[in-house]
Amino acid sequence: MPDLAIETESLRKHFDRTVAVADLSLAIRRGEVFGFLGPNGAGKTTSIKLLLGLIEPSGGSGTVLGAPLGTREARARIGFLPEHFRFHECLTGRELLRIHGRLFGLRGAALEARIDVLLARVALTEAADRRLQTYSKGMIQRAGIAQALVNSPELVFLDEPTSGLDPLGRVLVRSIIEELRAAGTTVFLNSHLLGEVEATCDRVAFVKMGRVIDELSLGDVSQGLDVELRLGSAEGAVLEGLGAFGELGGRDPVAPNGGDEDEEPIGGPRFVVRLKLASESALPELAPWLVTRGIALYELRVRRKSLEESFIEIMGEDQTPG
Amino acid sequence: MGRILTIAHLTFIEAYRRKIVPAALLCSVLFLLVYGTALYFINRSIPPNPQRQFQLQFFTLAGLYVANFLAIASAVLLPVDTLSGEIDSGVMQTLASKPIRRAEIVLGKWLTYWLMTGCYLAIIAGGVVVVAWLTTGFVQPHLGLALPLMLLGATFMLTISIAGSARLKTVTNGIVAFGFYGIAFIGGWIEQIGAIARNEASRYVGTALSLVSPSDALWRRAAYELQPPVMRSLVSTPFGAGRVPSNAMIWWALVLAALALLFAIRVLKRRAL
Repeated sequence: MPDLAIETESLRKHFDRTVAVADLSLAIRRGEVFGFLGPNGAGKTTSIKLLLGLIEPSGGSGTVLGAPLGTREARARIGFLPEHFRFHECLTGRELLRIHGRLFGLRGAALEARIDVLLARVALTEAADRRLQTYSKGMIQRAGIAQALVNSPELVFLDEPTSGLDPLGRVLVRSIIEELRAAGTTVFLNSHLLGEVEATCDRVAFVKMGRVIDELSLGDVSQGLDVELRLGSAEGAVLEGLGAFGELGGRDPVAPNGGDEDEEPIGGPRFVVRLKLASESALPELAPWLVTRGIALYELRVRRKSLEESFIEIMGEDQTPG
Repeated sequence: MGRILTIAHLTFIEAYRRKIVPAALLCSVLFLLVYGTALYFINRSIPPNPQRQFQLQFFTLAGLYVANFLAIASAVLLPVDTLSGEIDSGVMQTLASKPIRRAEIVLGKWLTYWLMTGCYLAIIAGGVVVVAWLTTGFVQPHLGLALPLMLLGATFMLTISIAGSARLKTVTNGIVAFGFYGIAFIGGWIEQIGAIARNEASRYVGTALSLVSPSDALWRRAAYELQPPVMRSLVSTPFGAGRVPSNAMIWWALVLAALALLFAIRVLKRRAL
């Protein structure tokens, strides 16, 4: 069994002269919860459609669950919740799942049992025999999530799964993703809600103008940390020594007594030194290093960058709301 | 085959719950009531002479002509948005992401609409014949020969509508599909007028148009089969066969319908969803 659930190499898609996906190169491990982030129009949904075989690529190649893109063999093991899920509103919730189950070749008691489990999981048991036209937007979205799971997939694509859901619905989706992770299911999550992605994903890719421009492991402790030190001294030798721990971000004098720059600080001058540590493992050594050299350490503040900050930083200043 | 039947089942549930089936049945009943009432009074005014049978045959054919038209209109309208609507709404994305061939989606839908069209034609054409028999005592012969031809004409239009739905927006598809029927209708009349006027050029133009859209030619062949030999030669009636479409035209209609179905499959297969 291949280790990668999704592997693509320079996948491209253009519609006439419009480039929707310029270069999609991904390697997503099995069992990973992978976030796919980018501004509106970045090509996220088109990328999902390419991976599902809903559209033909203009170039490049890829495999999903070890099979070429779009093959029935792969689709039999995939679940998909499209953005703005809709289905025939004349069906009941139970019929919706039955139809989709049958398309996966499921039949009989096993299918009915699976339907009952899924309806309960998305809190639609009471409404199971009502038609979709009587459902709220959130209920339709939850029914959509259930249909994406009817075949107990190995890989699930969720395109904006919390669209239209209230906070309780969002918590439900998050817990479903956690269950999928625990069961070893690979989840490909496309969402604009970065807090949600941060809470659920192992790794994210940032896509801009149809190109993956960066990737980030969210749960990885080896990720860099921003450290802010307030020191009594920040001379050249001190800065040089701190430089061995990580990348120096700057050194500014501070006025500890109310910010009045004309007044001599009580207890002498102090400095703020910003440092970007390459790894969290360097952090415990930092304070002893300063203290043993007799440098007064007034404050050591560690700050992890939020996903939103990373997003803005990676996307660049030129982005405008889509 | 299982997935084709699942799509066929889904299509039927949708048609039934959108009240398409009851609406079609209600319209059929209304039509038959109006037709029966008219025929009842006409029958009372026809004297019992040797021409009586021909006159009753004429009015029964008129009823069957309307039944044929209604079946063709249903065949066009039933599936006019079946693929285009689902593509626009995103429903098709959910379906096509399952382990199903797009050809199976087309075939499942085609099968349901074909069965519905066939049932509708059987009900409405059968209704005309039964109403004619009940009100006048006239028994329409050769219905078994004519009904399959009428069904083939409706099948052709149904398949054109599904093929258009794979490629065009709903309204555009409706216009194009009825345009096809318009071509058939005009072609049929040009051919008939050409035959009456002995104008070869008109006959060729009419035949060429019938080759593009053969549904009217199939009706004319059905009408020919329904009439006794003596009436067939009367070109002055709307159902007179100035020129009878040949067996080759029937085969050609079958080939065209098959090609239209293949076109629908091919277009949907290649279409970005």
